[in-house]
Amino acid sequence: MSETRENGIGAAVRRKEDNRFLTGEGRYLDDINLHNQAYACFVRSPHAHARINGIDKSEAESAEGVIAVFTGEDLAADGIGGLICGWGITSKNGEPHKAPPHPALAQGKVRYVGDHVAIVIAETPEQAKSAADLVDVDYEELPPVVNIADALAPGAPQIHDEAPGNECYDWEIGDKAATDEAFAKASHVTRLEIVNNRLVPNPMEPRAALADYDPGTDMLTLYTTSQNPHVARLILSAFVGLAPEHKLRVIAPDVGGGFGSKIFVYAEETVVAWAARKIRRPVKWTCERTEAFLCDAHGRDHVTTAELALDDEGHFLGLRVSTKANLGAYLSTFSTAVPTYLYATLLNGQYKMGAIYAEVQAGFTNTAPVDAYRGAGRPEATYVVERIVERAARDLNIPPEEIRKRNFIPPDAFPYETPVIMTYDSGNYQLAMDKANELIDRAGFPARRAESEARGKLRGLGYAAYIEACGIAPSAAVGSLGAGVGLWESAQVRFNPTGSVTIHTGSHSHGQGHETTFAQIVSDRLGIPIENIDVIHGDTGTVPFGMGTYGSRSLAVGGSALMKAVDKIVEKGKKIAAHLMEAAVEDVEHNNGVFSVAGTDKQVTMAEVAFAAYVPHNYPEDLEPGLDETAFYDPLNFTFPAGTHIAEVEVDPQTGKVDIVNWVAVDDFGNIINPMIVEGQVHGGIAQGIGQALLENTVYDAETGQLLTASYMDYTMPRADDLPSFNVETTNTPCPHNPLGVKGCGEAGAIAAPAALMNAITDALGVEIDMPATPEKVWRAAQSAQARAAE
Amino acid sequence: MPTVTMTVNGKQVSADIDPRTLLADFIRVNLDLTGTHIGCDTSQCGACTILVNGDAVKSCTMLAVQADGAEVTTIEGLAENGEMHPMQAAFKEHHGLQCGFCTPGMVMSAIDLVKRHPNPDEATIREELDGNICRCTGYHNIVKAVKAAADATGG
Ligand code: FES
Ligand code: FES
Repeated sequence: MSETRENGIGAAVRRKEDNRFLTGEGRYLDDINLHNQAYACFVRSPHAHARINGIDKSEAESAEGVIAVFTGEDLAADGIGGLICGWGITSKNGEPHKAPPHPALAQGKVRYVGDHVAIVIAETPEQAKSAADLVDVDYEELPPVVNIADALAPGAPQIHDEAPGNECYDWEIGDKAATDEAFAKASHVTRLEIVNNRLVPNPMEPRAALADYDPGTDMLTLYTTSQNPHVARLILSAFVGLAPEHKLRVIAPDVGGGFGSKIFVYAEETVVAWAARKIRRPVKWTCERTEAFLCDAHGRDHVTTAELALDDEGHFLGLRVSTKANLGAYLSTFSTAVPTYLYATLLNGQYKMGAIYAEVQAGFTNTAPVDAYRGAGRPEATYVVERIVERAARDLNIPPEEIRKRNFIPPDAFPYETPVIMTYDSGNYQLAMDKANELIDRAGFPARRAESEARGKLRGLGYAAYIEACGIAPSAAVGSLGAGVGLWESAQVRFNPTGSVTIHTGSHSHGQGHETTFAQIVSDRLGIPIENIDVIHGDTGTVPFGMGTYGSRSLAVGGSALMKAVDKIVEKGKKIAAHLMEAAVEDVEHNNGVFSVAGTDKQVTMAEVAFAAYVPHNYPEDLEPGLDETAFYDPLNFTFPAGTHIAEVEVDPQTGKVDIVNWVAVDDFGNIINPMIVEGQVHGGIAQGIGQALLENTVYDAETGQLLTASYMDYTMPRADDLPSFNVETTNTPCPHNPLGVKGCGEAGAIAAPAALMNAITDALGVEIDMPATPEKVWRAAQSAQARAAE
Repeated sequence: MPTVTMTVNGKQVSADIDPRTLLADFIRVNLDLTGTHIGCDTSQCGACTILVNGDAVKSCTMLAVQADGAEVTTIEGLAENGEMHPMQAAFKEHHGLQCGFCTPGMVMSAIDLVKRHPNPDEATIREELDGNICRCTGYHNIVKAVKAAADATGG
C-alpha cells in the first residue's frame, strides 16, 4: 500500500461519531420517545423450574394506569411463534439437535429465574412495574438443575419433554482413530481438567425496545438494541410471524455496546412489537440491570477434559478433548454453533497438532440461555490449547516459549489445513512471539522473579499464543455446517450531486467506530474529504439487507463489500470521465479521486464526475445517470488473526492478591485501517479477558436455581483500578483473500487474555487453579503449595 | 406535588413532580437531557454522573427534590460556544470512548477528579474512577485522556 494519506487507510483518524457521544447528543434507545407511548414491564418467573397451573391477571388489569396484560395464551391465539435457533447441529448418531419450543411468553412451564411469563402495559413505567407485582401466577415448583454435569447425569430433573436426559446434542469432530494412534505412540501425555466460567456480557447500555404500529401503512416499526437489525427482521418476520418482512422495519440506533449479547432475538422485543399492534399505541420497554443479569444471554460455561500427546522432544502428536457445554434453559439464536463450529474448529491452535478428536455434549439447565459472548467459542478453544500446552511444557521441563516454537506452523506452510476443517490463510507465529518476548524483556524475568521472591512475593509469566477464525463467513461453507443464514455483507456508496458521499453498510457499529473507519476507506480510495462522508447503518428501512456485526467481521466482510462498491463507482466514473475528457475509456486512469488520461494533462475530479452523473447534460449516451453503487461480498474463507500475549504477575501469598505488573500483546490483524481504533479494541478485549480470569463469575444456587450474582454488587466488573495499562503492538501478514488484506481485531484480547493470565498465575503458584482467580482461591493455592514445599 | 427549581446548564428550570422522582429521571424525562445515562439499578456504574454544585454526583442516588435550588451541570452543558470542554476534547483525542454509553458519566467524574487532584498520576486516576464502569475501553485510553486533560488545564 502507498504512503498513508491524511485521513486515509492506516491513519489514526479521530472518530467522527465522538462529537455526538461526548456532548450528550448520542441517540440510544431509551433516549427515543414516541408520541402517546405506553410502557411495558415483564412478569418474570421467581422460580428456576415450575409448572404454571394458572395465571390470574384480573387485579393487575384493574390497577391504575394499566392498559393491557398479556400472557402466552394471547400470543398463541394470535399465531405468534416461538423464538428460534438458527444453526442445526447433527449428533454423532446422525440425529439433529433437540430443539424444544422457546415461547416468547411461557406456555405452561417456566425453566429459569427470570423466564418471561406476562407483559403488563401501562401509562407510566412505575404503573407497569407496580401492576406486574399484581399478576397472580400459580406456580407448582419443580426441582431445578443448574450445572451442566448434573443436568446430563442420570436422574436429573427433566427440563424439556423433547430433550430426554436434558441433552441437546452429542457431537464430534476430527479423526478418532488417528488420535488414538497418536496417543498410543506418545512418550508423554499431559492431562488437564478445565472449567471455563460462565459470564454475563454486560454492555453498559441495557437492552431496550420501542415499537410503533402505523395502521395507515400497516407498517410495524421496532427500535431495538441490536447488532444485526436485518437478521432480527428476518427472524421476527419469517419465523415468529410478527409481520411480513416488507411491513416490518427494524431500527438499531446508537447502541451502547453488545459483545454478542445484542445479536440475538429475545422475547422482550418480540412481545413489545406484537403488543404495539395489539393496543394500537407505541410500547416501550427498557431493561433494568438486574433483569439484564437474569435474561441477557450468558457466555462460556464449559467443563472440559483435555489430553495432549507428545513425543520426548515435546512435539505435539495428538489432542483429545471432551467438553460439556451448558446451553441454559432454551436455545438462543446461535447458541448451538458456539460450543461446536466456533469452538472445536480452533482447537488446533497455532500448531502442527498431528491428530485431533473432540467431542462436545451440550445440554439444558435451569439457567439463562447461553450464547455468543465476545470471542464465542474461540476463547474457550484457546483456553484449552494454551493451558494444556503450558502444562505440558512444565511437565517436560521445556521453557514455554520453546515448546511453542518447536510446534508452530512455519510461515511457509500456508495455506495450512488443520485436522478440524479449517484452512488457515496466512500467519507468522514465531515473529509475534519473538516480538512479545522482547517487549516483556523475557531475558530479564529470572532476575525479576528473584527480586520478587526476596520481598516474599511470587512472580509468574504466562503465554497465550492464540488463534481465532474471524470474518465470518463463506456462506456455502457455513451452510454445509448447519447455519440457517448466509454470512455475506452489503455496502452502498451513494454520491450526492455536490460530491459528498453517503455510505450505507449492513454492518452495525455499537462502539467499533465504523463511521470513521468506513469513511476512511472511501476517503482514501475516492479522494473525498472525510468530513464529506457519512456512514449510515442500523435501519432496515434505509440500508440494504446486511448480516450485521459480530465475530470481528465488519471490516473483513463489510469493508470488503465497501471496496467492491468503490470499484464499481470507479468503473462507472471512468466512463463518465472519458466522455468529459473526450478520451477512450481504456486510457482513463483513476487515482485518489482524480481521473486522468495517460500521457496528457487532461483530468477531471470525482466531484465533477458526480455532478455530471446527476446533471447529465453532457453525458455518455448509453450510460444510466446517477452515481450510486451497491455491492455484496461473500468471503472466500475465514480470516485468522493470531498473536502472542504475555502476562507478568506478582502474587502476594499472604493475601492472595494478584498484581498484573506487565501485559504485552502482539497481534497480527493483517492490514490496519485505523491503528488507534484497533488498539482500543485490543484494550477492551484484554480487559474482558482479565475480568474472566480474575474477577467475573456467574453463580446459580444449586439448590434453588436462584442467580446469586445478579447485580454489580455481586458480579465483579473490572474497574479502572483492577487493570494495568497494556503494551500493544502488531505484526502484519496481510489476509490474502480479501481486498483490504484485513483480518479483524474485535475479539483477540478476550481470546488471548484468560489463558495468558491463568498461565502466569499458575506459574507463580506452581499449582493449577480455575478461573476466576479470586484472592481466596489464590491464597488457598499459595498456602497448599507452601505446605507441600515444606514437607 | 412538590415544585422543584434548579439551575441546569445555566438555565433555571422549574417543575411539579412526584416526590419520589430521581434526579436522573428528572433530567432525562422532564428536561429531555438524555446525555445522562442509566446503566444500573444499584448505584454502581456511574453512567448517570453529573455535577451538582460543582461536585460529581450519581444522579440515580439523589431525589430531584434534594437538588432544589442547586446548580446542576450535565454533559450537554459542558461545551462553551461550540467548543468542547478540555476533558471532552481529551477523550476524543485519546480515544477514551467506544460505544459512548459510559462516557458522559466518565467525563463528569473525570472533571471532578482533576478539580480535586490537579496533577494526578496513573494510580490516582484509576482509583478515583473506580465508581464508573466502562465495558468497552479497558480504561487504558480513559486514563490517558484524563492525564492529558489535567496536563492541558495546567494542573
Ligand atoms: S445508573 Fe447511576 S450509578 Fe448506575
Ligand atoms: S465506551 Fe462503552 S461502556 Fe465505556
